[in-house]
Amino acid sequence: MKFADFVSFDAIIAELESKDRDGVITELANALDKAGKLGKGNADKIARAVIKRENEASTGMGKGIAVPHVKHKAVKDVVAAFGQSGKGVDFAALDKQPVYTVILLISPADNPDRHLQAMEKIFRHLQQEKFRKFLRQSQTAAQIEDLLKEADVNPSL
Amino acid sequence: MQAGEKVGKGICEIEVTVRNAAGLHMRPAMQFVDIANQYQSSVSVNNGQTTADGKSIMQMSMLAATCGMKLKIKAQGPDAEAMTEKLRELVEVKKFGEPTPEESKGQVP
Repeated sequence: MKFADFVSFDAIIAELESKDRDGVITELANALDKAGKLGKGNADKIARAVIKRENEASTGMGKGIAVPHVKHKAVKDVVAAFGQSGKGVDFAALDKQPVYTVILLISPADNPDRHLQAMEKIFRHLQQEKFRKFLRQSQTAAQIEDLLKEADVNPSL
Repeated sequence: MQAGEKVGKGICEIEVTVRNAAGLHMRPAMQFVDIANQYQSSVSVNNGQTTADGKSIMQMSMLAATCGMKLKIKAQGPDAEAMTEKLRELVEVKKFGEPTPEESKGQVP
């Protein structure tokens, strides 16, 4: 799967306003909503479901990355929002370090394979130090979009 | 249950099939990594395309191991056999504590 297949380029936030975990999740859910990806009137419900999932086990996987996610019937295919925080956000990550990149992933309730494929794409790139460095150097949403599109044609990035 | 194939001294290689409907998503991957980390041996997991370090949650998430997928688990070290047996139990017997497609009837946790 390519980033372009599931990342909503209208829901990329180069500098998140929120300073805490739940605020970041809500901010990204609202961005997806604004981009028209969540159907009508679902953003709050989805944000709450993601927070509930996050409370069960942190998706802060280390290396400054968190991938909060939930399966929800409001979406027909996986959709994702990208957010960055210069200062870092406490996600109760596995390595106890702050999180600088947050990817909110909403997956359909009835297609687990698509969810796994999106996760594969995310971690294939984000576990590379080079990619994380480029991501953090990006100052604008347009630069992040360019980087994701570059990764789609250059698997080694 | 058959014993894993002993490839050489301290190496044990088995093949398992993912049986839970949702596949190896984040929580199952964490269970896998948690068990792997209780053993001294190193472990790699291969899905036919990608090889992941079985002790790294990020690498395990790269396997995109969907329901029905076969995974080769290769452990190397003093407790390789015990480790692969526990991992087989987790994937194929306990199925990560999740329903199979038949049990879930299309509903995924």
